Amino acid sequence: MTTLERPEIRPTGLLGQSWSIARRNFLHIRRMPEMLLDVTIQPVMFVLLFAFVFGSSIAVDTAAGYRAFLLAGIMAQTVAFASFIVAVGLTADLEKGIVDRMRSLPINPSAVLVGRSISSLAHSSIGLVVMSFTGLLIGWRIHTSVPEAALGYLLLLGWGFAMIWVGIWVGSAMRSVEAVNGVMFATMFPITFLANTFAPTDQMPTWLRFVAEWNPISSLTQAVRVLWGNDQPLAPGAAFPMHHPIPFTIGWIVLITAVVAPLAIRTFRRRTAA
Amino acid sequence: MGEFGWHVAILGVAPRKSGRALSPVATSVAVMTTHAIEADHLVKHFGDTVAVDDVSFVVPQGTVLGLLGPNGAGKTTTVRMMTTLTQPSGGTARVAGHDVLADPAAVRRSMGLTGQAATVDELLTGRENLRLVGQLYGLDRGYIRRASDDLLERFSLTDAGDRIAKTYSGGMRRRLDLAVSLIATPPVLFLDEPTTGLDPRSRVELWDVLRELVADGTTLLLTTQYLEEADQLADNIVVIDRGTVIAEGTPLELKDQSGAAALVVTVSRAEDLGPAEALMRPYVREVHVDAGARQLTAPAEGLGHMTRVAGVFDDSGIVLDDIGLKRPSLDDVFLHLTGHRAEDREAGPDDPSETDETSTDTSTDTRETVR
Repeated sequence: MTTLERPEIRPTGLLGQSWSIARRNFLHIRRMPEMLLDVTIQPVMFVLLFAFVFGSSIAVDTAAGYRAFLLAGIMAQTVAFASFIVAVGLTADLEKGIVDRMRSLPINPSAVLVGRSISSLAHSSIGLVVMSFTGLLIGWRIHTSVPEAALGYLLLLGWGFAMIWVGIWVGSAMRSVEAVNGVMFATMFPITFLANTFAPTDQMPTWLRFVAEWNPISSLTQAVRVLWGNDQPLAPGAAFPMHHPIPFTIGWIVLITAVVAPLAIRTFRRRTAA
Repeated sequence: MGEFGWHVAILGVAPRKSGRALSPVATSVAVMTTHAIEADHLVKHFGDTVAVDDVSFVVPQGTVLGLLGPNGAGKTTTVRMMTTLTQPSGGTARVAGHDVLADPAAVRRSMGLTGQAATVDELLTGRENLRLVGQLYGLDRGYIRRASDDLLERFSLTDAGDRIAKTYSGGMRRRLDLAVSLIATPPVLFLDEPTTGLDPRSRVELWDVLRELVADGTTLLLTTQYLEEADQLADNIVVIDRGTVIAEGTPLELKDQSGAAALVVTVSRAEDLGPAEALMRPYVREVHVDAGARQLTAPAEGLGHMTRVAGVFDDSGIVLDDIGLKRPSLDDVFLHLTGHRAEDREAGPDDPSETDETSTDTSTDTRETVR
């Protein structure tokens, strides 16, 4: 028998590899559009529920009332849940041996993680677009300049980026998708609700208000509100981050990434190299 | 045990000695051209557990090595070290001449791996699975398309190529998994229990495909729990148990070690045992009577021989329940080599082989099974 033709294997580079893997994740979304529920129906439902159910009873002092106030909060919550998407996807790939298969190929091992980050950011972006349109329909408007508006979206995506590392960390540490769901629900829900996301903090009991206003999610929400002109005048006694939400948000993004990314990479390596 | 030692001496397979004998040639250029795969004193610890303990062997280019052993023997861990998925705690391995520690990237360029679970992406079609891995190998688009068509055809998946893998049967997934490993036509292929969970027909089909690959010059290392599979495919077999090589040789050599096939005659009535033995004796070299099982056992000498022996019972008035050949199983090999049965991993302290196996313990098994 003759020897087979062996094709040329060309080095593809981290970006090309990551893009191939991200495209595979997009295909997943196309095959299972219900994967997008978390950034489409769910936040829209939240917007509508909160706007119409609580809208009348929560008094805020902004131009378009509670609906305008609400939108930044829902968006902050949705990008925080980016960690959820990453963790579930990564755990599933680890469980099914897909990660091992990719690691046995001549690629940069980071491509698995970078690819997932790219698709996760795209995933979150879809959510931001859907919610923006929903917001426009119910009376939310951006009242500031284009650069300020853009910075608001950029902070949200930056937050999504930091959350990706949380997702990689949790995803690498957990043994099953069910465990990921459990951990993420138990942590992300309280964190995203115990904040200024859905209700102003000034009516909360003092200790709760303190916790809520120092909650990083509150910095993000407040920063986005300020950048879009959806903020209400700060109530007396507001915590320090509420006075400087933009630098605080950037600081949190950098800090979370700097602390969690090395942990996430270490946990991922340990999980895969065993 | 005495007999066992004698066989081992003939084959020269005392594992540590053979391992040591390898090392002088390990760095020579000749190795690169003749040995496609080389395990060189591989060791892997998981905490206090030694999963793989000084495993050495070579696989000449264009041949098939069967890595045979029960669950938890350390087969998967050995393959993971050889395919750069896990770092050896000691020793090293070379694939197509590239060291897994010094140049893992070159190793990955030279080999394909099909893991224990079929690792195809369920939400992608067969063709998309092939394309993804082809792209990650850096193959050009046209080549990927042509190679995908070829592979889908070779693995009888042409019709299913555009369906998502979730709809595939177990056998189809396995075949797709293997096809994906072959997209870049790697010269060396690692298959970890490629036919586990397959029905017999799919298994035979897969064997045929693997034979073609080897005929085309691919070097194959496959792990298996089945002696039959190793027998069908492998030029050489390495038997590992509790992380160490306990025997190696050709399938024929191993079968000799584990006892030849036996012709087993089961009579219906116990009182027929004597007459049956008398009838059989002229036709066989020796005969052993097991009264409890109403069985007569003789060394097998082929199917024709079995038919002749069956013939002597015609018109004899002796009623037979069964007549057949009993081939040595993996269990027999293990019983011979280790004194314990292959599947019986909870052998415990009365296991005679336990004393010289103190470096491993049964918790290795759970580790590997879980993975």
